Amino acid sequence: MTLLNTPAADPKAALRAARWKEFRNFARRFFRNPLGVVGLFIVVLLVVVAAFAPWLATHDPYLPTLSARLAPPSAEWWFGADELGRDIYSRLVHGSRLTLLIVGLVIVTSAPLGLIIGAVAGTRGGWLDAVFMRITDVFLAIPKLLLALAFVAALGPGIVNAALAITLTAWPPYARLARAEALVVRNSDYVNAVRLAGASEFRIIVFHVIPMCLSSVIVRMTFDMAGIILTAAGLGFIGLGAQPPLPEWGAMISTGRKFIFDQWWVATVPGIAIFTVSLGFNLLGDALRDLLDPHLRQRK
Amino acid sequence: MTAPLAEIENLRVAFRNDEGQWHDAVRGVSFSLGREKLGIVGESGSGKSLTGRSLLGVLPSYARVSVDKLSFDGIDLKTASPKLRRSLRGGRMGMILQDPKYSLNPVMSVGKQIVEAIRIGDRKLAAAEAHRKAVAALDAVHIREPERVMGLYPHELSGGMGQRVMIAMMVVREPDLLIADEPTSALDVTVRTQVMSLMDELVTRRGMGLIFISHDLNLVAKFCDRVIVMYAGRIVETLDAKNLRAAQHPYTQGLLACLPSIDGSLEPLPVLNRDASWLEAAR
Amino acid sequence: MTRPLRLLLGLASWLLTVAITLVGLAALTFFIGRVLPIDPVLAIVGEKALPEVYDRVYLELGLDKPIWQQFVEYLAKLLRGDFGISYSTNRPVLTDLLSFFPATLELATIGLVIGVALGVPMGVASAYWHEKWPDHVIRIVGLIGYSVPIFWLGLVGLFVFYYKLGWVSGPGQVDVFFTGIAPRVTGFILVDTALAGEWEIFWNAVSHMILPALLIGYFSLAYISRMTRSVMLDQLSREYVLTARLKGASEFTVVVRHALGNAMIPLITVIALSYGGLLEGSVLVETIFAWPGIGNYIYSSLFSADMNAVLGGTLLVGIVFVLLNMLSDVLYAALDPRSRSLGNK
Repeated sequence: MTLLNTPAADPKAALRAARWKEFRNFARRFFRNPLGVVGLFIVVLLVVVAAFAPWLATHDPYLPTLSARLAPPSAEWWFGADELGRDIYSRLVHGSRLTLLIVGLVIVTSAPLGLIIGAVAGTRGGWLDAVFMRITDVFLAIPKLLLALAFVAALGPGIVNAALAITLTAWPPYARLARAEALVVRNSDYVNAVRLAGASEFRIIVFHVIPMCLSSVIVRMTFDMAGIILTAAGLGFIGLGAQPPLPEWGAMISTGRKFIFDQWWVATVPGIAIFTVSLGFNLLGDALRDLLDPHLRQRK
Repeated sequence: MTAPLAEIENLRVAFRNDEGQWHDAVRGVSFSLGREKLGIVGESGSGKSLTGRSLLGVLPSYARVSVDKLSFDGIDLKTASPKLRRSLRGGRMGMILQDPKYSLNPVMSVGKQIVEAIRIGDRKLAAAEAHRKAVAALDAVHIREPERVMGLYPHELSGGMGQRVMIAMMVVREPDLLIADEPTSALDVTVRTQVMSLMDELVTRRGMGLIFISHDLNLVAKFCDRVIVMYAGRIVETLDAKNLRAAQHPYTQGLLACLPSIDGSLEPLPVLNRDASWLEAAR
Repeated sequence: MTRPLRLLLGLASWLLTVAITLVGLAALTFFIGRVLPIDPVLAIVGEKALPEVYDRVYLELGLDKPIWQQFVEYLAKLLRGDFGISYSTNRPVLTDLLSFFPATLELATIGLVIGVALGVPMGVASAYWHEKWPDHVIRIVGLIGYSVPIFWLGLVGLFVFYYKLGWVSGPGQVDVFFTGIAPRVTGFILVDTALAGEWEIFWNAVSHMILPALLIGYFSLAYISRMTRSVMLDQLSREYVLTARLKGASEFTVVVRHALGNAMIPLITVIALSYGGLLEGSVLVETIFAWPGIGNYIYSSLFSADMNAVLGGTLLVGIVFVLLNMLSDVLYAALDPRSRSLGNK
């Protein structure tokens, strides 16, 4: 039998090769899950549509065509036209940018914020931990949608305020996750070794605690994105999100509501878009979780 | 020679690995069991637990099983319906698991769990009678104050007590065959001997057949009549317990050599060097 | 430490946590109402208010005092049940909320019952036939349930089942004809009409309630079945399940009596969370169905920029959330024998 103990000639290259192999394994297992692939496809489609919106749209999303008010779907108006004669398809396509913007804003602020709070609380312990965790518990116990609603109502509607409001209630799960991981890791031997070598708390938190959370965080983030889309759409529906004439999908449903009975497409189509994107993130999250969560590894 | 209690011929159990390929965990195991104490020894992954579970029919659904002959007391288990196999479990064949912390239902009292076992055997039994029988079962495994223990929950029991409860649950319907899968591995050393002698007493008194699965060669040698040594899903050697020192196969010899003994030499223990040929050799 | 003393301390610590959460909740609504807006008085009275009204509210709010003092007075008022005055209805907010709450509660309760009655068995089936077709079907049903915007589905539901098919009644709790005639004792329309023997109104209410109840029932079951599946998968992989099988127990006994029996404990928290979510989601659902509950109240308050009402509603739902949490803590302790030994409440 071959000995496995010969040291690699170039450790960095060996590490990179090992990581690459792991990634290829992961990708292979991922692509064996058809629903996950569908989810990934939808998410990629969203990004592509948002990036190329001006070229994919058939009309100007802001230009009213009074002669075509509430026109049904046809060759010219692919998904029909709204009450001001604007092409719904084009508005949908441009609205994808707003969707992506809000999801991006919230994730980019809530996840790091939550992770840092949780990791610091878990690593430091003591009264800091107690205080941070009490704060996290308070935020976890309150109604998220209503709080976001009240927040935006107080600040004034708009996409940035809506993102801020959602962030306010989105960070606690990350804090919980990071803290749990920190508690496990902070007393482990390798962290103690690094500490003895003189590593600062900051270094320990950033380079040792947070990477351990990575797989749970990724899964959580993907599911969160689905939820954020729905919350943002809800806020938009109430009128607290992006303001007209911006083609925010939730707001489009709200205006289309008046015509639901006779011109159903105005309200229905944006909802299908929201559903599709949310579904995509959920499918992706499910697939990632099945792959990354060791608990669920079932040999079929 | 009386008919064997259980017979297994050419048992193969396979699982799929991450790449989707089938991998044999048990490869062609055959042996027969009378009303004796048979030990199956092997390291983790040798397939010893799976062998025991195949006999009882409690392998996970994602395992692929194939066997030439699988019988218990003349009943052909290979062609038996799931209903028949289920009726044999608990009633005629029992199995003791390793750690009572996990093997007992944490939200049901000890009494309820034993009564459930009794009731499965006799659905028409009155509650008071079942209760009485359960208390008697606890008494038979030398638990003091059995009435009080009936109302306790598994997390309130010590390791030794928990294992006794498990044993009581599995022998209360007086099965003919008992499989013990690492029954003392989770216990303190001091408690181990007590549980072992309890099992010895029960098995001998009731004339049961016992399959004792363990990784502890010493324990198996002292306790069992015959020993089967498994490695990588195959049986590499079968011998009488009293002839253990005269083992032929290099793996068994290697295991024996690794055991420290109080009056042995002071040299460092030898390291077991596994030979690739042991994976291929049929036995 | 003696056992009763330990229990008492555990109880005290639990109550303290609850109190802190409530204060935290109040702090958040205080922050949003008092600190965030540039002019909190305007936020309450609106731009068209007369100067006398403005001054009065200014003094009422105590805006001349330091912020921590304002918060303490705010808390004191809340404890007395003073959630402020709604400047669009001119009634105390709490009175408004309590009059609208039963309708929301009624709908949410029916929705939860549907969610549990269907969601739990679905989750169990899904876990038991893991990766087989029942699992796939149930998962897809659930997946749709939490990917779809609830207000949109309600709208589509109205369009299909009310407008096109005529199977259910439209928006409103009862037909316009019955509004004001329906008796009001508890505030729960089904209970009140049944008690008064007004069966015609009862069935009318049912036909109005079916669609929104099924809608939120669907949402509830999507979440509950997913969580049940997850918990059941975990429990079914445990050793005590094997032990039950080894005793010769039937599959039904193993799955329901043993696995589900254990699974119910964490599921209590799930159910409580779902109920809270339904109450919260009422903001989006009630407006579609013109349902006279607090969701609708908060929604219209937003449009009249009535911050007192909005924050009052948020506070009330938040308090209910905390109560639900407390209830699930209590049930947890009651059902899980392990928690009792540790001296928890």
